[in-house]
Amino acid sequence: MVSADDVKKLAELSRLSLDDREVDKLRSEIDSIIAYVDTVQKVPIPDTASNSVHLEIENIMREDDNPHESGIYTEDLLKQMPRREKNYLKVRKILP
Amino acid sequence: MNLTDLTITELAGGYRRRDFSAVDVVRASRARIEKENPQLNAFLEVFGDVEKEAEKADALIKEKGARAHPLAGIPIATKDNILIKGKKISAASKILENHVATYDATVVSKLKALGALFIGRTNMDEFAMGSSTEHSAFGPTRNPHDLERVPGGSSGGSAVSVAARMVPVALGSETCGSIRQPASLCGLVGMKPTYGMVSRNGLIAMGSSLDQIGPLARNVSDAELLFNAMKGHDPMDGTTLPPGSEKKHSGKKIGVPRAFVKDAAPNVQKSFEVALAGLSKRGYEIIDIALPSAPYCLAAYYIVMPAEVSSNLARLDGMRYGLHVEGKTLREEYDLSRSQGFGPETRRRIILGAYVLSSGYYDAYYRRATALRSVIGAELDDAFQNVSFIATPTAPNAAFKIGEKSDPLSMYLEDIFAAPSNLTGIPAISVPSGLVERDGKMLPAGIQFMSPKMTDASLFVVARDALGEH
Repeated sequence: MVSADDVKKLAELSRLSLDDREVDKLRSEIDSIIAYVDTVQKVPIPDTASNSVHLEIENIMREDDNPHESGIYTEDLLKQMPRREKNYLKVRKILP
Repeated sequence: MNLTDLTITELAGGYRRRDFSAVDVVRASRARIEKENPQLNAFLEVFGDVEKEAEKADALIKEKGARAHPLAGIPIATKDNILIKGKKISAASKILENHVATYDATVVSKLKALGALFIGRTNMDEFAMGSSTEHSAFGPTRNPHDLERVPGGSSGGSAVSVAARMVPVALGSETCGSIRQPASLCGLVGMKPTYGMVSRNGLIAMGSSLDQIGPLARNVSDAELLFNAMKGHDPMDGTTLPPGSEKKHSGKKIGVPRAFVKDAAPNVQKSFEVALAGLSKRGYEIIDIALPSAPYCLAAYYIVMPAEVSSNLARLDGMRYGLHVEGKTLREEYDLSRSQGFGPETRRRIILGAYVLSSGYYDAYYRRATALRSVIGAELDDAFQNVSFIATPTAPNAAFKIGEKSDPLSMYLEDIFAAPSNLTGIPAISVPSGLVERDGKMLPAGIQFMSPKMTDASLFVVARDALGEH
């Protein structure tokens, strides 16, 4: 059983603020979803089971150099910032 | 002749014969959208510059003649999670409502290079989370077969744009069934490629080990044409398969996992059997197979996907882009921006993901679900030793009513037959299997075919045979 405190803790970890009504609703919904997903416990898993299904795909690294001309995306990206000061992203104080 | 009824091949032929131009087709398409969209809500935005792009396509076709690609001048609708440079891209979420794409998705740049036209972005479940397109921040999309019903999801807007003849083809994306299920509910062809066959670069990530972009069309050939134009290795997506990965695959044996299929509604099963009987007349052999782990795939999916969602959506914090809500502290701004920006289903899946990834539960859920993926993968490999294709109904039900599935789990179960292919990365295609009755309405149902990894091309062969499309 998932408790209301569990949901509040998970919300905090997920950076979500929920009111009590939503906490209560989520608690019962997550309970029923977890009861369903728990059926995976019934499937016998051999010790040899791989931990990936994408075995034909290998990690590909690129060279550690500039992937594109410096600055070509800068203004487009800065334009999306909710709070901007010149070429800086402005946020609330981080250190207390 | 109605321009909005034509297939890609018919349109391309008309362009070359100068019967009509891409500008004519775009105008017809826009008129149809203007007429139909107010009640269907398939498009979130129609792009203002599409007619200008159509003029360029007409010039390209004139210059290249028969050497122009068949997709030149073809209007395509894109799901609102596929980036087009300079256009808004919201994933149907408040948190990205005014976000503008800063680059083209690889599929978009490939299609642009061929002269294809992007006409607008289509509605979807927020961040592709849902099976009905009711979880959009911009209202539900309605099924053209019955306006009281959902079109399926999450690529519901794309499916409806094609089903209502606003466009000949559209792009959708799948994490679990989000192309095939709306194709089934709207009477279309919808295809989920092998994982890694089509680049995910520029697709807003939901479950990165599952996501794939794929085509929605009114016939198999159009879906195939679009898939072929999009596929291929991409240096910008390290999970795309290397060049030359595609495998030749043929055969006329179709395996049916009967114990799994019985979860479908009786009339959907009946329509499935009729489709199989048709294939059997065309020389296919239908064989019963066992896939004992298949019924557990959806449960495994609802562990893996929320885990990936909770990680992927952590980047949306209201700081660098997207909705920003003022608060007294940095922390409060994160919490408020995310809570007001994400809808209820997205919040639910983020919390669920955080739960299954919690240190005490990681082994019981995430590790076990990951192992189950390889168990079902091995089961499918075994099955494909004896059969060329595996068939099931695409979805357990025809279109349900808007608001009918308010319990999240009942909505999730609509993707029961989709899960094996997404979890294991194999390709699958859904084609119409006929109409079934539900509450006195005749509604489309679909049959899906799966084949081994990297044998995507073979699916179009069996799909054509299923529809008698030659």
